[in-house]
Parts: sequence; C-alpha cells; structure tokens
Amino acid sequence: MAAIDVDALIQDFPLLSAAPEDGRRLVYLDSANTSQKPNAVIDAMGRFMRESYGPINRSAYRLAAAATDAYEGARNRVARFINAASADEIVFTRNATDALNLFAQSWSRAHLRRGDVVVLSHMEHHANIVPWQMMHDEIGIELRWIPLTDDGQLDLANLDDLLDGASVLAVTAMSNVLGTINPVAELCTRARAAGAVTMVDACQSVPHGPTDVQAWGADLCAFSSHKMLGPTGLGVLWGRAEILEALPPMIGGGNMIDDVRLDGYSCAPVPTRFEAGTGQLVEAVGLNAAIDYLDTLGMDRVRDHERELTRYAIDTLTAAFGDDITIHGPSDPELRGGVLSFAFRDLHPHDVSQILDEYRVCVRAGHHCAKPLMRILEANATVRASLYIYNGPDDIDVLVEALSSAGDIFGF
Amino acid sequence: MPGLEDLYREIILDHYKNPRNRGQLEVPPAVRADGHNPLCGDEITVFVELDGDRVVRVAIDGQGCSISQSSASMMSQAMTGRTTDEARALLHRFKHMMSIADHDHSDEPAEDIPLGDLEALQGVVKFPVRIKCAVLAWNTLAQALDSAAS
Repeated sequence: MAAIDVDALIQDFPLLSAAPEDGRRLVYLDSANTSQKPNAVIDAMGRFMRESYGPINRSAYRLAAAATDAYEGARNRVARFINAASADEIVFTRNATDALNLFAQSWSRAHLRRGDVVVLSHMEHHANIVPWQMMHDEIGIELRWIPLTDDGQLDLANLDDLLDGASVLAVTAMSNVLGTINPVAELCTRARAAGAVTMVDACQSVPHGPTDVQAWGADLCAFSSHKMLGPTGLGVLWGRAEILEALPPMIGGGNMIDDVRLDGYSCAPVPTRFEAGTGQLVEAVGLNAAIDYLDTLGMDRVRDHERELTRYAIDTLTAAFGDDITIHGPSDPELRGGVLSFAFRDLHPHDVSQILDEYRVCVRAGHHCAKPLMRILEANATVRASLYIYNGPDDIDVLVEALSSAGDIFGF
Repeated sequence: MPGLEDLYREIILDHYKNPRNRGQLEVPPAVRADGHNPLCGDEITVFVELDGDRVVRVAIDGQGCSISQSSASMMSQAMTGRTTDEARALLHRFKHMMSIADHDHSDEPAEDIPLGDLEALQGVVKFPVRIKCAVLAWNTLAQALDSAAS
C-alpha cells in the first residue's frame, strides 16, 4: 500500500495549492477544528446546484425525484462508510453538536429519571458534556466521570464501578485535545454488559481512519461533515434501528410527520422523523463527494499517513525544543491520532498562535471546548496543531521554524 | 499585513515579563472583580482600593497572554492616584484607542488624556482578534469601580 503523496494531493485543495503570499504557502494545522475542502467537494456542490437542484421529499416531478435520490444516496453512502446495518440508521443533523444534543436530551426525557446514571469521561468535548448537564439540571440524572491516566488515556481501573447501574455511556472515540484514541469496542462491550446504552462521539475518529460501528458494538455515534472534507451545516447521528425507534424526535414540522390532524400528529418512520423541515441537500451531496474522495484514498492509508506524520512531529518537535515543549497525551503514535496539544516555554498560546500566523501556520490556541480537561492539564489554554491527509513533514518543519522565532521574539 | 513589531513592542514585553502591581489586596477595604475571555480562557482579577474618591492601589491577579497581561500591568500603574471620574475617563479614552465604543459614553468623544506607556498598545488595533485581550483588564476594572460605587 503506497503512502499518500502529499505534494500531488494538495493540488486537489485550492487553498493549500494557492500561490504563496510573501514567499510563504499556507500551512494548515487546524483540521481537528475544521478541514479544508477538495475540488471534488466544491465542484460536486456547485454542479448539483447548477444542474440538478430541486426540492426533496415533496414533489412529483423528475427534478424533485432526482434531488431526493441525491439526498438518500448520500445517506446510503454514509451508512456504507461507517458500516451501518442500514441507511435508515443514518440521521442528518445540523452538526455533530446537534446530534449529541438530540440523543442526550430526547433520550433523557423519554427514558431517564432522577438518579439515573450517565457515564462520561474527563476528556469530553463540551458538546458531550453540557447537554448532559442540562439534563442533570432538568431531570436530576447523575453524571459519573471516567478519569484519565497521567499520559492522557482513559483510566479504566474502576470502569465497572462507574458503569454499575448506569443507563448511558457517552464517550469520545478520540480526544480533540490529547489525540488519545480510546478503546471504543471494549468500552461499548463493558457498557452493554452493564445494561447501558452507548453513544460514541466520533467527530475526531471518523475523518481519520476506518470506522465500523457494528464492530464497535455501539448503539449510537455522532460526527460532522466539515471535519472530513465535507461542508459545514451537516452532521450525522447514527443509531441502531431499535434505539432510534425508541428515541422521540425533538423538532416538529414538515417532513417529519406521517399525518397531522387538528387533534394530533403521527411521526414519519426513522430516520425522517428526526429531519423536520427542508434537509441539507446540497451539503449531503458535498459529504457524499467527500466520502468518495476519502474512500478512494483509503481510510487505512489515511490512518497510516497520520500516524507516521504524528511520529515525525513528536520526534522533530522534541528534538528541536527538548524540555521547552510539553506535548500532552500519549507519546506513542500507535495510541493517538494527529492532534498535538502543547505548551511551549512559558509563552501563552495566543502569542504563539499570533507569531505562527506570520509564517502562515494555522493552529488553534485556546481551551478547545474541553475546559474540564484543561483544568486537569492545569492549563488555561494550549496550542494545538492537528494533522490531516494534506499535511506532510514540510509542514512540521515550518512549524518548528516558526516556533523558534516565537522564542526569539520573547527573548526566552 | 502589519508586522509583529507593531504588536510586540519592547515596553509591552517588559510589562509582560515584569508585571507591575501583581498580587491581591485585602477585601475589604479593596473591591475585586473577576473577568475572563471565554474564547481563550484568559482569567483576570482586578483589585481596587479607594480612599474616598481616589484610587490608591490596584492589584492584578490571574493569567493570560502577553497583550492582556501587559495591558493590565500598564493599567494598574496608570490608574493609581486618579479619582474615580478620572479613572473612568481614562478607561473611555483607552477603549476609544482600541476602537471600541463604550456603551455608556458612545456619543461622547474621548477626552485627550495622555496615555503614556499605554500608547504602545495602539498596535493591537491592527490585530482585531487581540483587542479583546487588551481590554479584558479594563472591563474588569470598570466592574470593580461599579461595585465600589454601589
């Protein structure tokens, strides 16, 4: 299996292959935030709007039927990409946060009572914390937390105690701060044995490696289009059929109903009952094209590329800066994805990011929507460089050059 | 593109590395206010001690980037010794320099108060995402003055 040829691949990405400014090309290291878009996605969306745009699920004419086919085709494409048992298990949402909220709020209101237990982890994104805290406030559910080991992995020593009597386990497949790849299959197996429903926040994992939700043994997962080369405005909630059947819809309106009378309504079958209003048709076409692009590359190659680039990044940064850089999370690239959060000397991440911007290096500086984790790391903020298919060793070398100058400016 | 030398002036780096009036004051007699920037996680606590109508001591606690910390440090020096009215006028003048309309005084032109070292922060305006860093301490000081007045 040949490695990804980054120099050839970036020709597919207009922003990344654009002419340099002031002699510097764009070095985009913020893909855990949102990914860049290839021509295949941009063109698919434009072509669809120019040539075959129409309404979905509403009209009988051929243009409308073709638009509906495009939308349902995207649903089918997503299902195959993550090995869902059926396209009916794929719900299109506004984004992954929307998907996580739909499950947390709707499931809690329908099935949980005061004192019921939901297990989360200390490395969750706010999107998999706050909705549950809202349900804690509203219903009185109890939240339990899987702690972390010193090297940023889930500490599973007391998992069985945490899961004892739990109704839900909701956990990330990969930390957006630490890069840690969690043992999702083991977590789901043990949660299921304890009688808990499992939700996997797969935002950071689905774009970066092969995904098989059935092999995970999970009940639900959520991820977003825009982190996997697709457009913004579209997220995915996957749920096993029987779980989705037991999940009441949150938003009422057109499209999601079977019948409406003055004295009541009945819902459409899943997944349509969760998709009130006009769906994100153009975005779904874009996501379909993004998945085609990723599958052509091969998700095993994507994972191999990022693992080796992560290895190069950790080795290079450590060799260049030694004790002046602290990279959070597991040091073994086998255990992590291409998300590198770090502290650099005593410099504040905002200042680091500002100086890196002079080199056209784009990194995130901040708390990464994971403030409970930041408190555990005893950092108000970190610098985060995150990698994807279009990054190569050259990008890491520019990062090192830019970091060196940050140290110079501040005279450390 | 504006250069980094517009942002990281020597005097800013000096206040960042050697912050003035760092620490806490006893409350009371001092008043305190906490401010934070939810975007970047910067946190700041401003202590103000008044003698009648006059600011006699200011102390700054918390952590943040070079811009927020140096701005807080310079502010603590610039505020000490001013009456509360003078302090509010300086606050308005500073926010005016930062191109931020002050809600309470949006129609009033800023008084031409000498800014001294604070002029060094003018370059921040060229980096709009950093303006929030520069004004964090000032907004927090305004809260402290409000609570002292109430």
